[in-house]
Amino acid sequence: MPEWFIKFPKEINFNIKDIIDNFIDYLIANWGAFFNGIKGFLKGFLNGVGYCIDRIPWWLLIVLVFFLTWKTSKKLGRAFLYSALLFCIGALGLWQLMNTTLTIIVASVIISIIIGFPVGVLVSSSNSLNKIIRPILDFMQTMPSFVYLIPAAMLLGLGNVPAVIATTTYALPPIIRLTSHGIRQVDTEVTEAAMAFGSTKWQALYKVQIPQALPTIMTGLNQTIMMAISMVVTCSMIGTTGLGQEVLISINRLETGRGFSAGISIVIMAIIIDRLTQGIMKDREVSDE
Amino acid sequence: MNSNKNNENIIIEVKNLSKLYGANKVPAYEMMKNGTGKNEVAKKFGVTVAVNDISFEVERGKIFVLIGLSGSGKSTVVRCLNLLQKPTSGEILFEGKSILSFNKSDLLDFRRHKVSMVFQNFGLMSHRNVLENVAYGLEVRGANTTERVGRAMEMIEMVGLKGWEYKNISQLSGGMRQRVGIARALANDPDVLLMDEPFSALDPLVRQDMQFELLSIQRKLNKTVIFITHDINEAFKLGDLVGIMKDGQLIQIDTPEGMSSNPANEYVENFINSADKAQIYTVGHIMQIPSCLINSRDGANNALKQMRIHGVSSAYVIGDRLEFVGVLTLDNAVKVKSGDMNFNDSIIKGLPTTTEDTLISDLMPVAANAKYPIAVIGEGNQLKGIVSKAAVLSSLI
Repeated sequence: MPEWFIKFPKEINFNIKDIIDNFIDYLIANWGAFFNGIKGFLKGFLNGVGYCIDRIPWWLLIVLVFFLTWKTSKKLGRAFLYSALLFCIGALGLWQLMNTTLTIIVASVIISIIIGFPVGVLVSSSNSLNKIIRPILDFMQTMPSFVYLIPAAMLLGLGNVPAVIATTTYALPPIIRLTSHGIRQVDTEVTEAAMAFGSTKWQALYKVQIPQALPTIMTGLNQTIMMAISMVVTCSMIGTTGLGQEVLISINRLETGRGFSAGISIVIMAIIIDRLTQGIMKDREVSDE
Repeated sequence: MNSNKNNENIIIEVKNLSKLYGANKVPAYEMMKNGTGKNEVAKKFGVTVAVNDISFEVERGKIFVLIGLSGSGKSTVVRCLNLLQKPTSGEILFEGKSILSFNKSDLLDFRRHKVSMVFQNFGLMSHRNVLENVAYGLEVRGANTTERVGRAMEMIEMVGLKGWEYKNISQLSGGMRQRVGIARALANDPDVLLMDEPFSALDPLVRQDMQFELLSIQRKLNKTVIFITHDINEAFKLGDLVGIMKDGQLIQIDTPEGMSSNPANEYVENFINSADKAQIYTVGHIMQIPSCLINSRDGANNALKQMRIHGVSSAYVIGDRLEFVGVLTLDNAVKVKSGDMNFNDSIIKGLPTTTEDTLISDLMPVAANAKYPIAVIGEGNQLKGIVSKAAVLSSLI
C-alpha cells in the first residue's frame, strides 16, 4: 500500500501562510502612515477614556454600584454584596489595574456600538447584505480569540492600542447580530402601522422599529460587553496592561495567590457589569408592562 | 347594482387589480392575461396569485365589506389601497387620481391625510402609552404638541377610553386595544378607514360591542370604511355593500339583502348559509297567523268552542280594531264558564310582544322565557301574527 493512501500527501500544499504574511508585510510597508494615524487616534481616545475613569473617586464608584444595583434589582442585600465585592478589588490592591482594564473595555465597547449599531440597522433592512455579513460574523465568532492578536500587534505594535482593536473585532458580532435580529422580529403589523400612517423610512426606524427592538439590542450589548471582558484578559499576551497582565505574570512565575487575586477581581468585575446591564434591561421591560 | 350611481360620490375605484408574489411575477402575469389558468401559471413560474383581476367602487360615506376565507386575498387588496403592497397590475383611483402614479411625497401625504388603517392584531406600539399611540399619525406629519394632545384626547374620549390616556398598552384588554387602534386611525381625520379584520381577534361579546360602536362612530363622522372580515354575520351587519372573494377573485358584490336573496353561485349560497340565520332573519320571516282568535266581547262559551275546533289550549283575544288584548287559556275559560271567574279578569294581559322587523337573535331572550307564543304587533297595537318558541329555535337550524 502506498504511503499517500494513509498519510496526507506532502505534495499537495497550498501555502496560504506566505500569502497572509506577505499581505501583512505589504500593509506595514505601504500603509504604515494609515495605521499610525489609527494608532494615534486610538491612543488619544484611550487616554481620554482612561482620564475620565481615573478621575472617578474609588468610593464614588462603590456608591454608584450600590445605588444602581438597588434601583434596578430593588434588593438591598444584593446592592450591599456588589459594593462589598468591588471594595474587595481595592483591598486586594488591584484598583488601579482594574481601572486600566476597565478603560480598554469601555473604549472597545464604545467603538463596537459606534460601528455595530449602524451596521446592524443596515443589515436588518437588506436581505442581500445580511447574506454577506452573516458568514463574516460567524467567522469572527468562531475564530480563536488570540488569532486576532497577531495582526493587531503586527500592525499597531504592542500595548493597549492593539488591544482595543483586537477586543473590538472580537466583541463586535453580537451587537450587529442582535440589532439586526431585533429590528427584523418587530411585529409586521406594528411596522405596517408605522408605514400606513405616513412615516418616512427614517421615522419608522427611530420612532418604532428601534424602540421596539431595544430589549434585543440591549441583550446584544450585554454580550458584547461580556466578550470584551474575556478578550481584554487574552490581550495581555501582546503586552496589554491591567488585570490580565497580572494573571499572565503569575503564570510565568507560578505565583498562584497573585494569579487568583487578579482572576477573582476579573470575575467580580464581570459579574457586576453583567448584572447591572441586565438589571437595566429588565427595569425597562418591567416599565413596559 | 346601482344603475343611477353618482360618479362624484365614488371615492375609491379599483380597476382590474392583480397582485402576484414571487420572483417571476411579471412574465407570469403576462401569461395569465393571455388566458392561461391561474393554477397552471402558479405551477410554471412558482408564483402565488393573491389577487386576480378584481374591480370595485366604493361610495363616499359607505361601508364596503370584503369577505372571504383566509388566503382569498382580501387582506392583500386592502393593503394595495394604501400601497403597503404594490399591485402587479391594475389601477386604483382615489377621488379620480391614480394612487399608483404617486411619488414619494404624494404617497406620504396620502397616507397622512386621506387613509388610515386598523389592524387585526391592533398593530399598537408597546413602547408608547395610549395617548402617544393615538397621536402617532399626527406626530409623523409634524403637528405641534398642543394640536397632537388635544386631538388625541378627543379621539380617546370618543372611543370611550377617557381616563386611560397614560396607561401602557399591555394594561389594556383586547377590546380596549382595538379602541386605541380605531382612535389612532381617526386622529388623522382621514377620508377612508381601512380595517383589516379589526374584530377577529376579539371575543364574541366584545366583538358585538365594537361593531355597534363602529356603526355609531361611522354615522357620526360619516367616514368611508373598507372593512375586511371572514365572518358573514359581521359583513351583513356592517356592510352597505358586501363583496365576496374566493381564490383572489371577487365573485359577487351586492347589498346584504340582495346577496342573500340572489346569490351569484353555490359558493356564495353556502357562505350565506353558514351565517347565523338569527342575525339576518327577522320575526316577519317566521311568524304564523294564530289559528284561534276570539273577540274580547265573545265570552267564554265561544272561546271554548273555538279552542275545541282548533284543538289548542289557548286563544288570542283581540279588540274590535284587531288590536291585541291578551291570551285566554283553556283553564281560565273553564273557570269562567263554571262561574268561578269574571271573563275580563280571565284574559292574561301585559304579555311581551314583538314587531315584524325585530331580528330573531334579539327575540331569543324573550322567547326563552315566554309561556305562550309571542304576539307580533304592528301599528296601533294591531295583531299581525304570533311566533312560537319552537319556530324561533328551529329558525336557527
